Amino acid sequence: MFYKSQLKYKSKTKKKNYFNRLVEAGNWGDLIFERLTQFFALLVFLLVILIGYEMYSGSRLSIQKFGWQFLVTSTWDPVKEIFGALPAIYGTLVSSFLALMISLPLGLGVAIFLSELSPGWLEKPLSFLTELLAGIPSVVYGLWGIFVLVPWLRISVEPFLNKHFGYLPFFRGAPYGFGMLAAALILAIMILPIISSISRDILRSVPDSQREAAFALGATRWEVIKIVLADSRSGILGATMLALGRAIGETMAVTMVIGNRALISPSLFDPGYTMASIIANEFTEASSDLYLSALIELALVLFVITIIINMAARLMVWRMDRKWETVK
Amino acid sequence: MHNTINTINTINTIQPELTSKVIKEKVKKNIVVDVKNLAAYFGKTKVLKEINLPVPRNKILAIIGPSGCGKSTFLRCINRMHEVVGGTMTGEILFDGKHIMKYDPVQLRRKIGMVFQKPNPFPTMSIFNNVVAGLRLNGVRNKKKLSVIVEQSLKQVALWDEVKDSLQDSGINISGGQQQRLCIARAIAVQPEVILMDEPASALDPISTAKIEELLYELKKNYTIVIVTHNMQQAARVSDLTAFLYMGELIEFDKTSKIFTNPALKQTEDYISGRFG
Amino acid sequence: MEFNLLRRKVNNYVILSLTFIAAAITVLPLLFIFYYTISKGITYLSLDFFINMPKPVGEVGGGMANAIVGTLILIGIGSAIGLPVGIMTGIYLADFGRNKLGKVVGFLTDVLSGIPSIVVGVVAYTLVVIPMRHFSAFAGGIALAILMIPTITRTTEEMIKLVPDSFREAGLALGIPKWKTSVNIVLRSAWKGIATGILLGLARVAGETAPLLFTALGNRFWSTKIFQPIASLTVYIYDYAKSPFSEWNQQAWTASLVLIILISLISLLFKFLTRSKYKSR
Ligand SMILES: Nc1ncnc2c1ncn2[C@@H]1O[C@H](COP(=O)(O)OP(=O)(O)O)[C@@H](O)[C@H]1O
Ligand SMILES: [Mg+2]
Repeated sequence: MFYKSQLKYKSKTKKKNYFNRLVEAGNWGDLIFERLTQFFALLVFLLVILIGYEMYSGSRLSIQKFGWQFLVTSTWDPVKEIFGALPAIYGTLVSSFLALMISLPLGLGVAIFLSELSPGWLEKPLSFLTELLAGIPSVVYGLWGIFVLVPWLRISVEPFLNKHFGYLPFFRGAPYGFGMLAAALILAIMILPIISSISRDILRSVPDSQREAAFALGATRWEVIKIVLADSRSGILGATMLALGRAIGETMAVTMVIGNRALISPSLFDPGYTMASIIANEFTEASSDLYLSALIELALVLFVITIIINMAARLMVWRMDRKWETVK
Repeated sequence: MHNTINTINTINTIQPELTSKVIKEKVKKNIVVDVKNLAAYFGKTKVLKEINLPVPRNKILAIIGPSGCGKSTFLRCINRMHEVVGGTMTGEILFDGKHIMKYDPVQLRRKIGMVFQKPNPFPTMSIFNNVVAGLRLNGVRNKKKLSVIVEQSLKQVALWDEVKDSLQDSGINISGGQQQRLCIARAIAVQPEVILMDEPASALDPISTAKIEELLYELKKNYTIVIVTHNMQQAARVSDLTAFLYMGELIEFDKTSKIFTNPALKQTEDYISGRFG
Repeated sequence: MEFNLLRRKVNNYVILSLTFIAAAITVLPLLFIFYYTISKGITYLSLDFFINMPKPVGEVGGGMANAIVGTLILIGIGSAIGLPVGIMTGIYLADFGRNKLGKVVGFLTDVLSGIPSIVVGVVAYTLVVIPMRHFSAFAGGIALAILMIPTITRTTEEMIKLVPDSFREAGLALGIPKWKTSVNIVLRSAWKGIATGILLGLARVAGETAPLLFTALGNRFWSTKIFQPIASLTVYIYDYAKSPFSEWNQQAWTASLVLIILISLISLLFKFLTRSKYKSR
């Protein structure tokens, strides 16, 4: 690492000298090449600014009309043109957190299995399979959700939960199949590969010397893994947040199974709505400027939330990457 | 090769009056780790060939030999770390008279500590928790007891004065030499009988190395130490006995003074005088 | 002590078995999804599906020729815009990016990759559809381009950085201008890696639905016009999945199968490229 940074430093000074030399020599090719690539880099820069600006200006009407009320009121009524995003925010957060609660232990289990336990011949196909999961389009998950998952929930799972755990508010009401539970489950399946593959990489980045130290102290394999997990906790937290960001922004699969009603209900059997699914469902139907503006404001909220989560996540994974440089 | 002869020689040199059964028993008791006909493999590759080597109690045994000759593998067979990386072994290693395969590996490793080439403290644990990591695994929870052991162990490795005010700091914010002493403290905190050290000073500066060497002398009173070293002078300075390994074979095993002044074999002499390796 | 050890060992085995079970549970939904997509999708999978147009409600049969072509056109437009931007930005970040602009753009690339695809759809709507006053393949392509840029930028950057400095120095020492060295030597030795990045970006974008819903919209008829609404496999799957006609539901499965095959082909190509890269080193 030290060697690498030295190299960087060297080439930086070299670049400057070289630049001066080429201008003196009248070699403009390099300058044009640099400016050309710089132009595209600037384009990306402008693009992100533009995205932010477009969403802000698009939602100005709604922001002026509703202010902060937009985020905390729960009436979503396109006919009367009253828009409160609370049910959508609630649905987004609840479905995402539920999904996380399901897939975090599973994903960590898979990551531990892949990096610490699995015999070599099993590891590759298993990694490949979990990565395949990540490659399936969201709309196909949704299709599967509608025709396989939802009927299964309606006929078997929800009646079962209702019968045995009906005293809890989460499992009350009619088993529709379509609803929060279906959305959470399908999201859980979708974010599993993110959690498992990033966590696996992070566990692997813990040097073997840590494992040896623990083994040599007389730790059982699980105790060794606990130490490796402790070493990786910030990275795993980062992976979890990346997955959360993905779940919050996920649209198609959720839209197809959540039931799409702006409702805040403790029961997981009830239909709900998420910010992304409102946009997907209603955007082409938006009949007035205010309606459209409210939908764009939803996109803005989604944008801001996911950016914050993603940045925090990247920071953590990045910190994890550097950590072993300080261990001598 | 000459292993068996050497072994008998050594026992004779340590206890020359060895004749009666009673004394033989006594000697046996004095042998903490008795390696008999040990062969070790990585897959089908044989990296240790029929090693016979008794390790007497409260002595320092140095293992020397060119890199790749199997020194680390030998150490890792003793505490069954060899099997952790997928290696296999045949032959016998007796620890306190019992075959190591009859121990639970977890328990065996508690009694045979290990220190590695690169210091490897646990970065998420404080210095305090690093020292007691092994004890905690064994279910010791008593705060007072833990504190006493931390102080004892850190004093034994001469680190106490340097870190006593920062016990709650992370174990990686200290120098490399301090980290290595911390790792030694961690190993002795569980009061093992034997400590295996795999080139413990090779990643350290000369001053830290000197400190570790001093420490070995102190530790000898309570522990048996098997130390792998690349450094001939170090072996000569710190050890009582020296074993010379070459290409997986034990070439010569004797008192350190004998090996370094008057080795029985030409090969050993060549290696020590730096003619190869 | 003995009891403690026993407890630890039991703990050990219980938890290790749990991780194995977790691995098994993870694979399960994948197998389920594949099983259903293949077994249900295969019923309609025939040449007809690729060369025929969709039939009106009530009529049996028909294909999705327009949607397959539409998806390819959308990917084409997306690539035409996204690839140059992504690759050039990647080159900039790798070769000249150690300044403030480089750091900011690197950061924004990460921001971009975290934006939900539906949000990108909204932006493409306000940027393209509103000014042009109608939905179009072009608007959809813009959305896809925005979505593929971060993947392509980052892989290009990383692949170029992997090229040993000695290659560059060799070129410079021969008196070749830096830009020619970059193009002829560095890019040439990194192109396989960059190609894999492109494929990765395409695979990601081929399965997108949300950003197309209100940009490319969809089209029941044959259209290859860039400034008209255009059909896509994913939007068809969405519409047909929601529809009450079981005939259409069936076709949604078939379209899914075709889509997954398309994406798998892209990933296979990706695997192939990465493998041969290892071999050549
Ligand atoms: N994990 C491993 N897998 C396969 N072979 C190994 C492994 N570790 C070491 N070896 C081989 O075993 C031999 C002995 O290695 P080692 O005991 O580490 O030697 P030393 O410590 O004396 O340098 C070497 O030839 C080495 O290549
Ligand atoms: Mg070694």
